[in-house]
Amino acid sequence: MEILMCIVAGLLFAAAVYLMLSKSLLRIIIGTGLLSHGTHLMLLTMGGLKGGAVPVLGEHASLYTDPIPQALILTAIVISFGVTAVFLVIAYRAYQELGTDNMEQMRGMETDD
Amino acid sequence: MKTNDVIFQTVAKVVFFMIIFFAVHLFFAGHYYPGGGFVGGLLTSGALVLLLLAFDMKTVQRGFPVDFKWLIGIGLLFSIGTAAGSLLFNVPFFTHAYNYFQLPLFGKTSLHTAMLFDLGVYLVVIGVTMTIIQTIGESE
Amino acid sequence: MINAPILPILIPLVSAVLLLFLPKHIQAQRLISAAASLATVVSAAVVLNKVKTDGIQTIDMGSWPAPFGITLVSDMLSILLVLTSSFITLCVVLYSFRSIGSGRETFYYYPIVQFLLVGVNGSFTTGDIFNLFVFFEIMLMSSYVLIVIGGTRVQLRESIKYILVNVISSALFVIAVGFLYSVTGSLNMAHISVRLADIGDEPIVTVLALLFLVVFGLKGGIFPLYFWLPGSYAAPPAPVLALFGALLTKVGVYAILRTYTLFFYHDQAFTHDILALLALLTMVAGSIGALAYKDVKQILIYNIIIAVGVLLFGIALMTEDAIAGTLFYLIHDMIIKAALFMLGGIMIWITGTSKMDKMGGLIRQYPALGWTFLTASFALAGIPPLSGFIGKLLIVQAGFEAGEYVGAIIVLLSSLAVLYSMVNLFMDVFWKKPKLPQVYAKKQTLSMFVPAAALVVLSVLYGVGTEAVYPYVMKAVEALIHPEIYIDAVLKE
Repeated sequence: MEILMCIVAGLLFAAAVYLMLSKSLLRIIIGTGLLSHGTHLMLLTMGGLKGGAVPVLGEHASLYTDPIPQALILTAIVISFGVTAVFLVIAYRAYQELGTDNMEQMRGMETDD
Repeated sequence: MKTNDVIFQTVAKVVFFMIIFFAVHLFFAGHYYPGGGFVGGLLTSGALVLLLLAFDMKTVQRGFPVDFKWLIGIGLLFSIGTAAGSLLFNVPFFTHAYNYFQLPLFGKTSLHTAMLFDLGVYLVVIGVTMTIIQTIGESE
Repeated sequence: MINAPILPILIPLVSAVLLLFLPKHIQAQRLISAAASLATVVSAAVVLNKVKTDGIQTIDMGSWPAPFGITLVSDMLSILLVLTSSFITLCVVLYSFRSIGSGRETFYYYPIVQFLLVGVNGSFTTGDIFNLFVFFEIMLMSSYVLIVIGGTRVQLRESIKYILVNVISSALFVIAVGFLYSVTGSLNMAHISVRLADIGDEPIVTVLALLFLVVFGLKGGIFPLYFWLPGSYAAPPAPVLALFGALLTKVGVYAILRTYTLFFYHDQAFTHDILALLALLTMVAGSIGALAYKDVKQILIYNIIIAVGVLLFGIALMTEDAIAGTLFYLIHDMIIKAALFMLGGIMIWITGTSKMDKMGGLIRQYPALGWTFLTASFALAGIPPLSGFIGKLLIVQAGFEAGEYVGAIIVLLSSLAVLYSMVNLFMDVFWKKPKLPQVYAKKQTLSMFVPAAALVVLSVLYGVGTEAVYPYVMKAVEALIHPEIYIDAVLKE
């Protein structure tokens, strides 16, 4: 099961890299979204996928699921939600201001003066 | 282009309240069961976005005359205040207090200061989501 | 008061939230943010004193005992850096009153600066690797807003690249933490150190070390990973640039210092050699950039990269002297970079351009500015008795003792490059006759000059009063060289 999950995470990374290397700004943002999905899946897999009981006091079971990776993923999801939102807003402003969403046309180091 | 969205608007009015109630349910279910401030907040802002889609920005602002940026601040104050309450009792930061109470109607209920923290999260999530959507939507 | 170490994080956080309510009241914004920054400095000084007398301070957040919950750890290294960052932020806030412009002031500039300070102080203080990621994100999220605030074309263009690079490095950070967790089963940094010591030098530990190096190297700007830095840092205005140059890259360096002394000190022959090699390449690349450009901002920005190289070389040597030198140099570099960017900002503000060709002859109208800038340049290059000297001396000495002759010589040569580029900058902007016979209108620069000069004075004092700082730095070095001290303080064994 873990191997399968690793492969899925790898596929997500591959798709993310492909999208992030494209020229369109929107594709790049979708790529970062896929990248964080892959990351979260990876994190979940790293904690181990064995089925166990809920790790709550008073529940007596022989095997418990590790709650830490899930807590980490929740935090990471919230953060990537925020970052994606900020990224979208800034990309939209940039599109309005620069009149293009093509990264080729956003190259260069020259300043505005 | 003028579209006819009578059905959408009528349905949205009803569905809005269903989503809000479910969001409140999720919010209070938190801590012991799946749910909590983040999901509740997201669902509430989902309901608000539904209204935005069905009507427009002005109508929604009339119905909810609050500045969503203020919600962020108030929510943060709730969360930080709850966490900083531990400064007064000289226990480590974020330490939360809880106890069981016998309430009318509800019976034996456990009340946590963590709920206040979650309320802050709930408000922040609504504030942030709505601010973002307003920022993108405003210029159209 | 067991919660003292959290105050330098809590005060900026609360003040930032209060400032969110008053976006249009500029006077109130200025007053609150200055007062809050001052309070942060005072609280950091109090904690510093406490660490000095009582040893490492820890808080187990939410009363969860150490390896299970999140622990905040204020050791000497953390609190020294927290104090420096808070003081720099205070100066930058005072400097911003005049220079940042009311458009940005009413658009949440001050609260975001406070949020940035929350992230920076939090990253220095936390003792939990995932919490470090969270504070990194707070810091980065604030920097995204700061880099784009004002919304000029060049800012928007550069911010997109900046965000993209940082999103990727954050994803790598989470992956690295995930791997580390699957290897050690813990997130508490002290506990991870214990577990990794049990594991010894398995190959996976080396892989982790390099993964963390890539993550922190992207933030800190080390050799192949600094490509985004010159473009992105040139976009925002001077006060923001001062904050970025002084704080953000240094947080990356701090993270490398912490992880390479606490976690990955087992396979030094491999990891620390790579670190040393990258450090040297970083210095060379930075020197080339600093010598090649004819632009005030670019020269100063490439000097950040040189400094990162020097610091990394100190970390790579891993002897007591080298670490002491690194610490001295780290604190010096934060102060002097903030001062230089602020002074450079005044120069740009007076002349209205950052191109050196278009400037000249400023010394006649602004002698104080000129001589302060020259002093700061000498301090940056490490001329005794100014502040950069002692750190570089210790690092170079340690380099020769360890037999790293090439590295030590490159550090010395890079100082020469720094000196040449800075003196060149001084000559072009202040000394040479302006090409066009233009006279710059006398502008009121006092309120910008005073905070910048305060930092330069602090840097001179830091250099002259090295004796007084020495016991503090050595205490920090002790805990870095002997991780047991840190571990015992956190796990309370």
